Amino acid sequence: MTRPRRCGWSRACDGQAAVTAHHQPAERWSSWQAMDSGRLLLLAAAGMLTVAAIAHTAAVHIRPAAVHVAVAFGILIALGELLRLALPGGREAAPIATAGAMAYALLLYVKYLPGHLPPPPVPALQVIAVAAIGMTIGALPHMAAGRSVGVTGMASRLVAVSCVAFIFRPLAGLHLIATQWWLAAGVMTVLLIFGCLVDAVIGALIRADDLGARFAVALWDEMRVQWPLGAAVGASAMIITFATEVMGITGLAVFVVPLLVTQLAFRRYAGIRSTYLQTVRALARVTEVGGYVESGHSHRVSVLAVAVGRELGMSEPDLLDLEYAALMHDIGQLSLRDPIPGGATVLVSRGDQQRIAELGAEVIAKAGVLDRVAELVRCQSLPARGNDPVPPVGSRIIRAANAFDDLVGGSTDRDRSADALERLRLDTSSEYDAGVIEALSEVAGRRRPSRV
Amino acid sequence: MSRPVWLYIAAVVILAVALIAPMHFAAVGIRWWIELGVLQLLFLICDSTSTPLTSRQSAWSPSSSATLAAVVLLGPVGAAMVGAISVFSLRRPLIVAERLFNGAMYAVSGYAAGRTFIALHGDVGRPLPHMFPMIIWPFAAAAAVHVITNHGLLWGALRLTRKDSGLRDRGRLESSLTLLLASDLGYAVLGLLIAALWTVVGAFAAVLVLVPLFVARWAMGQFAEQQRAYAATMEALCQAVETKDFYTRGHSERVSRGSGMIAREIGMRPDRADAISYAGMLHDVGKLGVPTKVLQKNGALTEEEYAAIQLHPMRGLEIVREIGFLDEALTGIMHHHERIDGKGYPMGLAADEIPEFARIIAVADAFDSMTSNRSYRQARGIDQAVRELRKGAGSQFDPALVEAFITALQREGWTLPEPAAAPLDHQTVTAQDHDDPTAPLRVVESL
Repeated sequence: MTRPRRCGWSRACDGQAAVTAHHQPAERWSSWQAMDSGRLLLLAAAGMLTVAAIAHTAAVHIRPAAVHVAVAFGILIALGELLRLALPGGREAAPIATAGAMAYALLLYVKYLPGHLPPPPVPALQVIAVAAIGMTIGALPHMAAGRSVGVTGMASRLVAVSCVAFIFRPLAGLHLIATQWWLAAGVMTVLLIFGCLVDAVIGALIRADDLGARFAVALWDEMRVQWPLGAAVGASAMIITFATEVMGITGLAVFVVPLLVTQLAFRRYAGIRSTYLQTVRALARVTEVGGYVESGHSHRVSVLAVAVGRELGMSEPDLLDLEYAALMHDIGQLSLRDPIPGGATVLVSRGDQQRIAELGAEVIAKAGVLDRVAELVRCQSLPARGNDPVPPVGSRIIRAANAFDDLVGGSTDRDRSADALERLRLDTSSEYDAGVIEALSEVAGRRRPSRV
Repeated sequence: MSRPVWLYIAAVVILAVALIAPMHFAAVGIRWWIELGVLQLLFLICDSTSTPLTSRQSAWSPSSSATLAAVVLLGPVGAAMVGAISVFSLRRPLIVAERLFNGAMYAVSGYAAGRTFIALHGDVGRPLPHMFPMIIWPFAAAAAVHVITNHGLLWGALRLTRKDSGLRDRGRLESSLTLLLASDLGYAVLGLLIAALWTVVGAFAAVLVLVPLFVARWAMGQFAEQQRAYAATMEALCQAVETKDFYTRGHSERVSRGSGMIAREIGMRPDRADAISYAGMLHDVGKLGVPTKVLQKNGALTEEEYAAIQLHPMRGLEIVREIGFLDEALTGIMHHHERIDGKGYPMGLAADEIPEFARIIAVADAFDSMTSNRSYRQARGIDQAVRELRKGAGSQFDPALVEAFITALQREGWTLPEPAAAPLDHQTVTAQDHDDPTAPLRVVESL
């Protein structure tokens, strides 16, 4: 199947596939072309900030005494950008870079010696210039290695840091902030939370736009995934700020040790998550190799189901369950003695459909940890209407997506998919959920907007 | 517990008391006591929330950093008292003697570190900016003394309680040593960081440092949960594949276990041992691509049918290729039917050309096949199967791995599959097992 450039389906799955961060160059190019106005606006804002900051800093010069501080923070930020972290759901974070940049924005003193005059505060634009340069340098090795550059993430981080810097730099000169650590710590905490929120809102806007999710759902997902790491990053930014007051700039690398531990832990967590998904994706194909279903069926149904679920405003954990269930929805066929001709379950009797669903749910329930997934698979054979209790929305989605794919297959022919949708619509009085079918036709309609 | 152990524990406890008791406690101010309390609390929190970072055995419990911070902030006796608090550790239900020993051990090593710090002209108290970076040297020496005293006392106790406390293989020793060094360095750095932060923000330093560590612990909890879920899911899916054949139920799981036993026996790195367990689990997934009628055929196979069976490792590879982490395990799945003499399939590799993973899986695979019931024979006993493995060593199997497996068998034992009851009518059975080295597949000779 050739991938359409800008389509609801392939983009929907890209979000998850990016967990592995293996982008083909062609895909990267196409995502560049598919750049939308929201992303362009973000990049333009970040670009303008960078240019203004660098121009300003070059014009006024950094004080000679502050040059080594700026360089040290720049190096820390670059290193942090190099050590990026893949998070569940295809997100990417750079905790150490963020903590370093935030700390530089919140910096009060470097080795404050009593009796000396505190140094004049660093202007906000200088903070932004150092952060932008550090991030860019740190992104170069990623570019050289052929990984995605992650411009959007960098821009989002830079905007968040800028917000904090613009608010805190003028405050840093205040006598109260400079002398009362608890007041400074309080203001810093508030600002760090604010910075985190800015990052989350930008991330949610981009994701909502990319994946066709609702903004409120996307924001909620974003905050749920980001807050533990955000807390660690915020605490580390304060550690760096305060420790620099005593230990000076030489120990900068040392200050991130607690955060490094956090990052290692998160890396393992994100790693097993993506392995899990890959394994289920791969093993779901045993039904194809065994000749039970048409090639690519499970994958297509899962991509379609996730897109429909997102259209209906499902949250990320629910979407993950839905994806697993959709991938494994035909696993019950393994218990059949002979494959169904063509594997199209839409064509077999209700009783057989139910038996396959039951057998599949049994297999999944054996794992003991995927009970909700098993439930979705069990209920996929139930008609949407006339059942008490009503099957869960995930099951209704899988039922519709499965029927659609059985009728259309890998074809992207618009007439064929319109016919199939018409056929499914006729059955909304009993078989299929009307809302799901509408979402399905919405998603299917987005498949090739360039040809419309 | 034997007498020397009691004497040893008593000696360490008396030493700890003797070091702490002479302190002139009336001379210290209320601030000293508050700092001591906070650091003791930090010690207990860190101790009860250790973060397993790399493998199941080694946990990153940064409690020593509280002791090392006390070395700077409170001096030798303060450090000893912070360490002594581990008597009240919440981590595991330790018996009283163990608790006492742990407390005394940490107290003595804290005291020794504190003395070292002072001897090298480190200033006790909140560190001031002008002391950096020179304070690093006495502190590093103190941290080193802390580690050495700690491990020394612990080693003594282990020597007395267990005869064979030596680690079995070099690979594991080396990896745990590097780990130990890296984590000790981490504790030391964290200790100094806490002390420095204390100068600016007081006890709030403890909170700041704990946040990232708690988040790390949370993430590791999530990781462990996901890993359990992952293993369970994989097992369930592999079982689903096996339902096609009545007699091979549980085969994947047992081959996975056997491969893991061999891997550990030959001292494989833990991550590779994990990978091979997964490879063993998935090795026969491709059998699903073999038509049922071929698997069920009772009688000589045509060349075409034999080719279909020979293709199953490739089919398996096709399915699992996209699982990124499997890398090396993929070669194990693809080549698990190669033979040392080069007569195997799918590629006819010989001896060292066969990837190590494949050679390991081949042994476990054949062993489980022989010790399970088949439609055409009863299960063989373990002894007989071992004899067959030895017979095939050098021609079909790697002799070193066969011996490793037999050693592991003697130590860990082997759970035989439940003797399968006669299959029901509708259940499909295999008439000949491609894994069974004692009954090779019969193939019609081509003309």
